[in-house]
Amino acid sequence: MRLRFVIPAILFVLLGAGFVYALVAIQSGRKDPGTVPSALLGKPAPEFALPAPEGFAQGLSTADLKGKVTVLNVFASWCPPCRVEHPLLLELAKEEGFQVVGLNWKDKDDKLAAWLKEDGNPFARIGADRSGRVGIDWGVYGAPETYILDRDARIVHRHVGPLTKEILRDEIRPLLAKLRK
Amino acid sequence: MIRRVALALLLVLAALPAQAAIAPDEILPDPALEARARGITKQLRCLVCQNQSIDDSNAPLARDLRILVRERLKAGDSDAAAIAYVVARYGDFVLLRPPIKATTWVLWFGPAAILLGGAVFLWLRVRRRKGAPAAPAPLDPEEQKKLSALVGETPRPQAPPRPQAAP
Repeated sequence: MRLRFVIPAILFVLLGAGFVYALVAIQSGRKDPGTVPSALLGKPAPEFALPAPEGFAQGLSTADLKGKVTVLNVFASWCPPCRVEHPLLLELAKEEGFQVVGLNWKDKDDKLAAWLKEDGNPFARIGADRSGRVGIDWGVYGAPETYILDRDARIVHRHVGPLTKEILRDEIRPLLAKLRK
Repeated sequence: MIRRVALALLLVLAALPAQAAIAPDEILPDPALEARARGITKQLRCLVCQNQSIDDSNAPLARDLRILVRERLKAGDSDAAAIAYVVARYGDFVLLRPPIKATTWVLWFGPAAILLGGAVFLWLRVRRRKGAPAAPAPLDPEEQKKLSALVGETPRPQAPPRPQAAP
């Protein structure tokens, strides 16, 4: 008889705990319900070949992603969060054992050149995706996005939104260390 | 007055289809192909403003995807192939109507399961109640006497006939 009241009470507490957990996770930024899971995780990078933006030497194609562990950053000069994460990419580019490349998404070459001249260029190669068509092949829906690829150019990880020190420390660096082995 | 209101309402309703974000330069010259394209883009979620379809959204990415879908159709893709092309890149999340598969069973069948569960629960409860005695056991003469003493009445015959409602 007592059970009739205990079971609903337990269910209610569990439900409440679930709500509180989700709220806290969203508020602290650990979880974003708007984040779209990548359809390409575990799949090889899409085939593409992009020229370098004007003023840069090295373009970017699928072949350039093979043989090395790669951090591919989707960015644009018009995107404020890209500028926020920029110093972290510069830091990352100094490290050994992987390459940092850029997919310049729906940008203007001159604006990009002016920005990177001023703040520094972390990218070994940059592909100019002026129409955004290659971005669509990658499933990009906003800048910045960061992809980690293994030596076989397989997509291992995607991060949507700007990188932070915490994300580098907890997600990106451990993954890179594992892939470098 | 009423006529004016009705006219206003009618005009608002007539303007509803015009809310689509599609620009004139995107529209295909072939009306049949264009109709198919509209049908497809209405089913695809804009990933920038996630509760709008790419047909409704003004986001640049939605425009790119509208053009992409039209290119696929012009290239001879069937509707399903054009949708699959976008899904291969953005995942099931681009479909405003999620597909039925193991990971979406809870989503599709959860509400019906809860409703059914509630109905079964209720049915069991009602059945159990019917099985239980409808009324407490009648008082024995001793108890009846006590009760009558308490309320100050002479003992009545047990189970008095129910008062009849006037016909």
